[in-house]
Amino acid sequence: MLGHLNLLLLIILLVSALWTVLTRSLIRSAIGLALTSAVLAVIIFRLGSPLAAVCELSVCAGLIPVLFVSTISLTHPRTQAEKLEHRRGRLKRFIFLPFVALGLGLFLSLMKLPLNIPSPLAQRVYDVREVIWNMRSLDLIGQVIIFLAGVFGVVILLKEIKSHE
Amino acid sequence: MNSALLPMFWPFCIFVLMILVIGFYCILVTYNLIRALIGVELLMKAATLLLILVGYITGQTALAQSLVITLIVVEVVVMVVAAGIILRIYSHTDSVDVRDLLKLKDKDKTNA
Repeated sequence: MLGHLNLLLLIILLVSALWTVLTRSLIRSAIGLALTSAVLAVIIFRLGSPLAAVCELSVCAGLIPVLFVSTISLTHPRTQAEKLEHRRGRLKRFIFLPFVALGLGLFLSLMKLPLNIPSPLAQRVYDVREVIWNMRSLDLIGQVIIFLAGVFGVVILLKEIKSHE
Repeated sequence: MNSALLPMFWPFCIFVLMILVIGFYCILVTYNLIRALIGVELLMKAATLLLILVGYITGQTALAQSLVITLIVVEVVVMVVAAGIILRIYSHTDSVDVRDLLKLKDKDKTNA
């Protein structure tokens, strides 16, 4: 039903997500996020969505970690005293996370699933190009507007930083 | 809908919910703005997986892919703008710690 490979990939996804959150170094967190995205791309590919998998792999596993690494490199690292203090507090805050996540997984796996999921009434189209360009063309306009909003936002933010310096 | 694929929905959903919990926990517990952003990114990963899964089970992978592509575009823009805001906060407070943002009020008072 689930398949051994799918199960293995889901476990790797979960472990990499946990490692992303639990690791102390922010750079390692960014690398963990890239690993999570790469594993997710493989799962998406196996679920019959190759175009979304390519986008996930190139953008989420490639571009976004680079963005995080550049943000981290533009901020200064902690001093040794700050690191020690942070380490103590951090252990207290994050120690419950693996137990919460695994406990929830165990609890949900013991629950009975209501299997009567209603089928959507939307028209069934098998070609993703048909959906993007013909059925949901308004989405494309929205995406362009979001892109422009993002570009203008970043330009204004970075311009302010430059003028302050 | 392909009823033969329905039994795989719940096991996938358990993992989706676990990743959601990890993302929420990260946002709630951390004081670091960059790590909070990583938590938001994990939430988006869970949403992406759920969309693709539902598309696969209902046989509407084309629709699910178009939605995921839109989600990825929104995700990138959110991350870029949030990273810009974090850098702006860093240039103002010299820190990416959320607790340091509480000092903004005092700073305004001293400027006034």
